[in-house]
Amino acid sequence: MSEMNNIIQLTDVRKQYGNDGITTEVLHGIDLTLLQGEFTALIGPSGSGKSTLLNIIGLLEHPTSGVIRVQGRDTGTLPDVELTKLRGRSIGFVFQFHHLIPAFSALENVMMPLMLEDGRPTPAQRERATALLTRVGLADRLDFKPAKLSGGQQQRVAIARALAANPPLILADEPTGNLDTAAADEIFKLLYEVNLESGTTFLIVTHDPRLAHRCRRVVELVDGRIVG
Amino acid sequence: MRIEWLLALRFLKEGRAQTFFMLGGVTMGVGVIVFLTSLITGLQRSIIEKTLGTQAHVVMRPPDDEARRIITPDSTLAVSANVERRAQRLSSILQWQQVMRELEKRPEVTAVSPLVAGPSFAIRGSATKSVALMGIDPEKYTRIVPMPSFLKEGEFRITANDAAIGTDLARELGVTLGDKIRLQTADGRSETITVAGIFDVGIRDLNRRWVFITLRSAQNLLDLVGGVSSIDVTVRDLFKAEVIGEQLARQTGLTAESWMKTNAQLMVGLKSQSASSYMIQFFVIISVAFGITSVLVVSVIQKSREVGILRAMGCSRRRVRHIFLLQGGVVGLVGSLLGSGLGALLVTFFASTAKNPDGTPIFPVVLEPGMFLIAAGVATVTGILAAAAPAVRAAKLDPVVAIRNV
Repeated sequence: MSEMNNIIQLTDVRKQYGNDGITTEVLHGIDLTLLQGEFTALIGPSGSGKSTLLNIIGLLEHPTSGVIRVQGRDTGTLPDVELTKLRGRSIGFVFQFHHLIPAFSALENVMMPLMLEDGRPTPAQRERATALLTRVGLADRLDFKPAKLSGGQQQRVAIARALAANPPLILADEPTGNLDTAAADEIFKLLYEVNLESGTTFLIVTHDPRLAHRCRRVVELVDGRIVG
Repeated sequence: MRIEWLLALRFLKEGRAQTFFMLGGVTMGVGVIVFLTSLITGLQRSIIEKTLGTQAHVVMRPPDDEARRIITPDSTLAVSANVERRAQRLSSILQWQQVMRELEKRPEVTAVSPLVAGPSFAIRGSATKSVALMGIDPEKYTRIVPMPSFLKEGEFRITANDAAIGTDLARELGVTLGDKIRLQTADGRSETITVAGIFDVGIRDLNRRWVFITLRSAQNLLDLVGGVSSIDVTVRDLFKAEVIGEQLARQTGLTAESWMKTNAQLMVGLKSQSASSYMIQFFVIISVAFGITSVLVVSVIQKSREVGILRAMGCSRRRVRHIFLLQGGVVGLVGSLLGSGLGALLVTFFASTAKNPDGTPIFPVVLEPGMFLIAAGVATVTGILAAAAPAVRAAKLDPVVAIRNV
C-alpha cells in the first residue's frame, strides 16, 4: 500500500483534558489509517471519545501527543492559518444538526467553502453548487433558505456543501441522528452513492448499528481505544 | 463582492432588530452632532457678523507718546526718578497715504480706510450732546462698515455740508433730515452740518454718538490738518486678523488692534461655547460606540455557531475578525448618512421656528459638506473601533466549542 493512498494516518494519538495534575485521558494511543475511497463507520458508546477523535481528524482540535498525517503531510507543526487552509481544502464536514448558515440560501451555503477558498463568489462556483444540489435531489430548492427546508433536505444541502471543494475526506458526525428512519435511510444511501461515484473517503460517526453494518469498514471505539 | 463583505452584510441583514438598534444609535448620535455643530456654527457666525458689522477687523494707530528720559540710566549710574506717563494727545499717523498704499498691496487685506476720530459736542438750540466725530472717506469707509445698509432715512451722503447721524442722536436733538447741527470741539472750533442721513447700526451707544463727516471737516475740527488718527483694515480671513495685525504693525511701525483683542470677552465666550460643544460631541461618540460594541458582543455570541461552521470550512481567524469589523464600519457609515439627514432636518426645522419678532431667523443655518464628511468619517472609524473587541472575540472562538454548544 503506497503512502499516497493514505488519506489520513493517525499514529499513537493521545488526548488529555484538564491540567495541574488532574488530567483525564480521553484517547489512549489511537492508530488509524483511512485509505482513499474507504467508507468507514466509527461506532462506540457515548463518552468513548468518538467526537474528540473526529475533531482531531478534522484538524479542529490538537492531540496532546501523536502524529496526524493528511495525505502524507504531518500537520503537527503547521500554524493555525495553514491548518485552516488545509481543512478547507481537504476535509468536508457533515454535522448532526445540519449546521447550515441561516442567512444564506441552499445554493450559497453550498458555494460557501468555495467562496472562502477563492475569496469571492464566481459563476463557476454557482455552476458547481447547482450541479451538486441537483445531484442530491434539490434542483428545485436552490434559492430556499435553510429554515424553509425539511430536516432531510437540510442534510442533503450539508452533504452537497461538504462535497463542494471536492475534498478527499468527508467527516460526518451522526449525519442521520436527527432524522426519521426513512429520511435517515435516504441520506445514508446518498452518502454511499457519492462515495462510489467520487471515490471520496468517508468517516461516519453513528449510533445506529443498522447503518454501521451497511458500511464496508467499522471501527469501534471503547474507552478511548480502538477495539475492532 | 468579497466574501467578508458578503458575510458581514448578510449577517447585518439577518439580525434585523440588532442592526436596527445599532443604526438607530448611530443615526441619533450623528444627528445630534450635526444639529449641534450647525447650531453653534450658525449662532457664532451670526454673533461675529453682528459684532463686526460696525467694526474693522484691524485698526492701525500711531504708537503711544512716551515720556523721554533726560538722563538714561546705565550700569554705573542709578537714577531716582518718577517717570509719569504722558497724556496721549490726538496724533496723526505719519505719512498715512504711504502707509495706506503699503497696506493695500498686501494680498490678505481686502479693504483699507482712513479715519479721523475724536470727541466733540453736537449742539442744537439748548441741547448739547457729547458725540464722536468720524471723519471718513465715504467710498473707502463703506467697504469696511456697510453704513448705507444701516440707513433708516435719507442717504449716506458725506460732503463738506452733509453728514449722517444715528437715530438716537437725532431723537435727542430733535432733528430730522435737512436740519442743521453745530459741531463744536473743546478748544472752540466749530462747524455747521446738515443731516443728510439717519442710521441705526443696532447698538444704541453708537447710534447716540457717531457723527459721520468728511475727513477734511474732521481734520479741521480736531486740529489734525492733513493727518488721520487711525486706519481701518479688513482682512480676507477674519480669524487671522490677530496674526495679520501683528505683521502689519511690524511692517508699518504702528500699533495694530484686531477685533479679537477688542472683543476679548466675546472670543472667550465663543471659545468656551465651542469647547462645551466638543465635549458633548465626544461623549455622544463614546456612548454610540458603547452601543455598537454591546450589540455586536451579543451578536457574536448568537453567531458563534455560524462562526464555528465557517472556521471548519476553512475560514481564517483573520477573516472572521474582518467580518465583524466590517459590520461595525458599515453600521457607522450608513448610520452617519441617516444621521446627517436627521440633523439637517432638525436644524432646518429649528431655524424655521426660532425667529426674531420681525420674522428673520435668529441665526442662519450652516450646513457645510465638510461637516457631513467629517461626521461620516468619524462614525465609520468609531464603528470599526467599537467592533474591535467583539471581532477579536469572534476570531478567538474555538470552532469545536462553537459547533457543539448549540
